[in-house]
Amino acid sequence: MRVWKFGDDIDTDAIIPGRFLTIYDEKELAKHAFEGTRDDFSKLAKDGDVIVAGRNFGCGSSREHAPLALKGAGVRYIVAQSFARIFFRNSINVGLLPLVCPDTGAIRDGSFIVVMEREGKIVVDGKEYRIEPVPEFMYNIVEAAGLVGYAKQLKEVLVCTKSRR
Amino acid sequence: MGATIVEKIFSGRCGGTISAGDVVMAPVDGAMIHDITGPLAIQKFYEMGGDRVFDPRRIIMLFDHQVPADSIEAAKNHVYMRKFAAEQDIHNYDVCEGVCHQVVMENGHAAPGEIIVGADSHTCMYGAAGAFATGIGSTDMGFVLKFGALYFRVPESIKAEVTGKFQPRVGAKDLILSIAADIGADGATYKAIEFCGDTIRNLAMPGRMTCCNMAIEMGAKAGIVAPDAITWEYLKSRRQMKPIALASDPDASYSERRSYDVRRLEPQVATPHNVDQGVPVGKVAGTPVNQVFIGSCTNGRFEDFAEAAEVLGDRKFSDKVRVIVIPSSRDEYLKILRAGLIEKFVTAGALVEAPSCGPCMGGSFGLLAPGEVSLSTSNRNFRGRQGSTEAFVYLCSPATAAASAVAGEITDPREV
Repeated sequence: MRVWKFGDDIDTDAIIPGRFLTIYDEKELAKHAFEGTRDDFSKLAKDGDVIVAGRNFGCGSSREHAPLALKGAGVRYIVAQSFARIFFRNSINVGLLPLVCPDTGAIRDGSFIVVMEREGKIVVDGKEYRIEPVPEFMYNIVEAAGLVGYAKQLKEVLVCTKSRR
Repeated sequence: MGATIVEKIFSGRCGGTISAGDVVMAPVDGAMIHDITGPLAIQKFYEMGGDRVFDPRRIIMLFDHQVPADSIEAAKNHVYMRKFAAEQDIHNYDVCEGVCHQVVMENGHAAPGEIIVGADSHTCMYGAAGAFATGIGSTDMGFVLKFGALYFRVPESIKAEVTGKFQPRVGAKDLILSIAADIGADGATYKAIEFCGDTIRNLAMPGRMTCCNMAIEMGAKAGIVAPDAITWEYLKSRRQMKPIALASDPDASYSERRSYDVRRLEPQVATPHNVDQGVPVGKVAGTPVNQVFIGSCTNGRFEDFAEAAEVLGDRKFSDKVRVIVIPSSRDEYLKILRAGLIEKFVTAGALVEAPSCGPCMGGSFGLLAPGEVSLSTSNRNFRGRQGSTEAFVYLCSPATAAASAVAGEITDPREV
């Protein structure tokens, strides 16, 4: 699977520009992903490709169109040094797994990547990188294909339940 | 160990002692949706098996990003949302009331101690009313519409203590741009920023809103100001509620403490293409601008236009600059209209639009061509935020915007 490498502070306006926000279909959104900032992405991204980035990926707007556009392009994982909060939640909610890897700096665009999230690692051109463990509840949501599937399984919500992370 | 104001809000709403780091399913006191993120939230509500929303009185709907409808697709989204509002008995402010965050504040939909969510990242603005308010995505919002609750990881807080008196023509926007430059675009990720100190205590509600609005630009989950006499005075006519005591304990635990002295703070400009790239105006003075936008949820209130008008004086805007003035709500529009400011701006050469997000939406109107430069009182200067990805957006205060619009280039408002 191919690595699409990005830098720090990739914002949601770059992932999907404001003028496409009347679109809600992920395949249609994918046609405009990174339009104007990385035009080869929407043309060449294939199912299973992985985005690898620096710090603060997905900063800015709460638009869920951003993770949807990436999902529509075939991306299943985003590996970054850190994520912006709303984007992180939105990704999980639409069934896209954000993975934190402290040293993505040396990973080059176009590399071959295998993500082994259960084993806590990614392998890029034969070299292993550690990723931070994924909390179980995140798997539960992603495996239910997002929060919608998860919410459907819920009979009721126990308000004020608390669990320490 | 004492508690922060944010921990107290969660403890108050959930019962027991809730501390930073806890993950709670907390009740939601108010939920806001608008024309961009609302349709998807409604779709998700139905996909989750939703039938009736948890409480129609706690849901706020309005249209502000594409108003009046700027495309057939936008018009269809509006129709879809109006239908939902009618079926669910939700009050819909529709296209005429203004930018979501201003409308929420003006109508008393956010109050001290409440937990409010909005399907928009600048929802953190309601921290100015002493609420814990945060932006969420559409799927989370679908969940809220159905269940009236949401999972939160209770954030640690950064204490931002601000002291001193501003110089003339320097204010809240310059302060928050300088704080963003200091903390950085991700320096407050997953945290709340608590603004305090004598400068904040003396700051009127519009300035507090400007500061809390931009907490997200540092990655924060919320910005908050402890409620005081200024907060309760603002809420008096908007919300039936007896004042409550709500403030962080002196021995509360903060992840970080930062101090800011504004006495020597100069007007700030955030340079392209990140909000944390703020510099004193002198460093970019002389940069020619093609468009100046005065408005947005950050700086579209009466006080902002009064500040711009004071700097403008009896002069005209440069004929090299397109000046776009957009009040953030109908109430603010009426205030500036009655004060004669609309006439003043139009006479000086500005284009005055009806309340909306305007160019900050980056897809409706007021867009930039490749190579063009915009100076804007809004909150984001990301590449492509106001149109072409080859354009340049600078952020500043209303005073700096007005001075620059007169000169045709970025100008220190203290020098005009």
